[in-house]
Amino acid sequence: MSDIAIPFAPLPRTGIGLSDALVTIPLESDRKGLTKKEVAADHPTWCPGCGDFSVLALYFKLIEKRKIWHEKITTVAGIGCSSRFPYFVQAHGAHYIHGRALPFASGISLSRPDLHVFVFGGDGDAFSIGGNHFSHTARKNIKMTYCVMDNWVYGLTKKQTSPTSPLGFKSKTDQWGAVDYPINPMKQAIAAGATFVARTTHTNPNHVLQMMEAAMDHDGFSFIECLSECVEFYEGAFDSSNPRKGGAFNLVPADHDVTDEFAAYKLADQPFPGSFGIFYQSTKPTKNAKEAEINKSYSDKFKGLKDWEILKKNFDKLK
Amino acid sequence: MSDSASTATPAGSASKVLKIEEAVIRIAGNSQDGIQAIGGFLARLAGRSEQEVMTFMTIPSTISGGPSIFQVRIGSGEVLSAGDEADMLICFYQHSYEEHITSLKLGGIVLYDADHVTPKPEWEENYRHVGVNISSLTVEAVGGTGRDKGKNIFSLGLLAKIFDLNIPKLTKLIEERFGGKDPTVVQNALTCFNAGYSHSFENLLKTYQFYDAEKKDKHQVVMNGNEALAYGLIAAGVRFGAGYPITPWSDIMELLRRELPKYGGSFIQTEDEIAAISMAIGASYGGRVAVTGSSGPGISLKTEALGWASMAEIPLVIVDVQRGGPSTGMPTSVEQSDLNICCFGGHGDSPRVVIAPASVEDAFYTAIEAVNIARKYSTPVIILTDQAIATRIEAFEEPDLEKICQDISPDFTPVAEHKPYDLSVGDGVTRHIAPGTRVGSGKYPVVTGLEHDEMGHPTGSPKLHVQMTAKRRNKLRKLAWDFPKVKTYGPNEGQILLVGWGSSEGPIREAVDRARAVGEAISSVNLKYINPLPNGLEEIFRGFRHVFVVELNDEGLYGYGQLAAVLRARYCEPKIRGITKTDGLTWKVKEILDRARTLASQQV
Repeated sequence: MSDIAIPFAPLPRTGIGLSDALVTIPLESDRKGLTKKEVAADHPTWCPGCGDFSVLALYFKLIEKRKIWHEKITTVAGIGCSSRFPYFVQAHGAHYIHGRALPFASGISLSRPDLHVFVFGGDGDAFSIGGNHFSHTARKNIKMTYCVMDNWVYGLTKKQTSPTSPLGFKSKTDQWGAVDYPINPMKQAIAAGATFVARTTHTNPNHVLQMMEAAMDHDGFSFIECLSECVEFYEGAFDSSNPRKGGAFNLVPADHDVTDEFAAYKLADQPFPGSFGIFYQSTKPTKNAKEAEINKSYSDKFKGLKDWEILKKNFDKLK
Repeated sequence: MSDSASTATPAGSASKVLKIEEAVIRIAGNSQDGIQAIGGFLARLAGRSEQEVMTFMTIPSTISGGPSIFQVRIGSGEVLSAGDEADMLICFYQHSYEEHITSLKLGGIVLYDADHVTPKPEWEENYRHVGVNISSLTVEAVGGTGRDKGKNIFSLGLLAKIFDLNIPKLTKLIEERFGGKDPTVVQNALTCFNAGYSHSFENLLKTYQFYDAEKKDKHQVVMNGNEALAYGLIAAGVRFGAGYPITPWSDIMELLRRELPKYGGSFIQTEDEIAAISMAIGASYGGRVAVTGSSGPGISLKTEALGWASMAEIPLVIVDVQRGGPSTGMPTSVEQSDLNICCFGGHGDSPRVVIAPASVEDAFYTAIEAVNIARKYSTPVIILTDQAIATRIEAFEEPDLEKICQDISPDFTPVAEHKPYDLSVGDGVTRHIAPGTRVGSGKYPVVTGLEHDEMGHPTGSPKLHVQMTAKRRNKLRKLAWDFPKVKTYGPNEGQILLVGWGSSEGPIREAVDRARAVGEAISSVNLKYINPLPNGLEEIFRGFRHVFVVELNDEGLYGYGQLAAVLRARYCEPKIRGITKTDGLTWKVKEILDRARTLASQQV
């Protein structure tokens, strides 16, 4: 056994400066809600006019309105224009690899029940390279909020066809117009078993905030598709959903039963611009709760035992 | 059996008893015959009798059926490998007989099931043949249900008789194993065992008796390498993991899935390999080192995420239980051909740590080391184990769990400020604060795969890319100084130095023992730390005329195995040459010696 195998003493922290850590930090009871200035970090790198600005602004608003502290949330993203999100938010955050933000976020969610995990990403991240993770995170009902900023195009790589590009959309990878049938994110989410499925658009800020709040309050995997226009590569894509551009913003009908999966699916089948609001919501136990339940059955059984004593029980059986 | 056999006649026993140092027993049948169970019982008995034991098994990669063997070597002294040749072969079928007779020592004993095996006259001269109607006697003993299930336990009874094994201990083991089930199961097992034990060999066979093993201070535990590794992770304080099933890694994830909830942790079965490593990285980022793992193909899938962990400097433990590759390869055979992907796999310069356990016991402690290196250096660490260690059973001294088990809960004490990638630290070693930690300055860190500044924000600065690349590299250079000094097995000068890693260590050391016994100046070193390499190897190499790297992989386009190529690149030392093979089987001591002697006689 080498020295390295001997338990390390608690490891000193690095990069924490020389000042006394606790002096500058107000007591928990003295803390006021954060201002926009306090939650904003880097200036976004998005193009002027990008729909993503609106989503970011409303995320700030959510944090302000709901008095969320920096350290109580984690912002996670994969790769894409929208996935630059964590850099713009003053909170613990991670910018992960393309398409895999959901399993990364699941690791945080399942091991850190004290944090609320927000994941932001685009349509390529969610439905193309990360399609498998979308289905499985939804079916497992892992607690987190996933906001997909859907712009129907690959923006960061400059105009290739995306999984949500409509048929006929001319891109650099489909100069004749897209030939592959697009994914319907709502149908995908409902079919996968997501327990909160909502649709909104960046041009209606109040509605975006409403959806974010409802999603955050949902105990489970909450999914929001937020239409977010790419002014550079798909200008006008969502005009028909924007009353200011002569389109129609229709809320989900008041009599829609959000617990009715088939009704939700039907709603998702409406032609664009369709409806906006919560399509589907159900209360299934989360994976987080189910794992905690398994653990509870053991914590009762091993009450009072130290970890090494539990392990010793196994070793005694191996003699 | 052993060279030092002598005769002794215990009081009260009319038959002749031969005292032996050790025995190698190979049991050959089909995979559903419960052959592994016999081996398991023998191994566990050896552990409880303070003997040394090592096993070797092959299983077909088909779901059910197909030939299977289990070899167990039990000794009163040190046992370093599963044995080149068997002293006894138990064979259930004609194919087992014909396939494995050559694994037997000349003059060795073939104990065959006379119901299924017809001995060949040409082999009867060279090996002692003893036929027992194992199948029909088992059926007779259990009560004529017409099924020969239980012939493994019957055979265990035969072995107990031949090797004068400790009956109370074995009976207890059988009761423990089958206890808890339907009581008739234990009863049937004991009936089979007793039937075997009371079988009369008349004068066909002597009884053998092991010399008493040296008294050990502590109890021994008996387990396979995958179990040892998984328990090591638990002892190290790992409480979260994620994985996807693949042979031979699956045992580890099954064990962790079963055990972690007892400690308030979880192991998650994910939708794919990429999700597995991503989830583990997410949990690690959450503040406590997490584990993922796989075998060959799964490791290929994980490399992009591994690169992210290297770039974002997230601590993580990744287990690679190597099997025969490439592609689906030979899923149930051993190979050491993942060294390259583990050290270098991935795009860009992505330094990571690779350490390789050499035995079952070592797997337990290596897991703890991996966790602690990952924590201290905030880096991904790969535990490069292999199928041979994963599946073989060894007995080793019970670890002092009270002393070893560690608590690695995250620290959430607020900090005034925090730079996740602080460049002012000379050696490059920085650690993250876990999300949930308050930062007084109000400036929160981002962890990222983009090249970044000290706060984790993206940068295209040429200078920062140079500095951050150096930081990630330098911290592993620093780590190399943490490693214990490499020691040679045998004198530190001589003709030949055998360099090995992973499961090859045992047979290499046995080769050294054997060679030195006949006066050859051969020594060996085992390299546990593969990436970075430990410091001071060049000094050791200087003491030998030849340096041969013994590994289970292909010699490649340029004639050197994977570690040999790294060592040659690192030391520019032409006397480093390779001894490799790709038959999917562990090294035999004889193979190593023959190859080393031949190579030494050839010009460099």
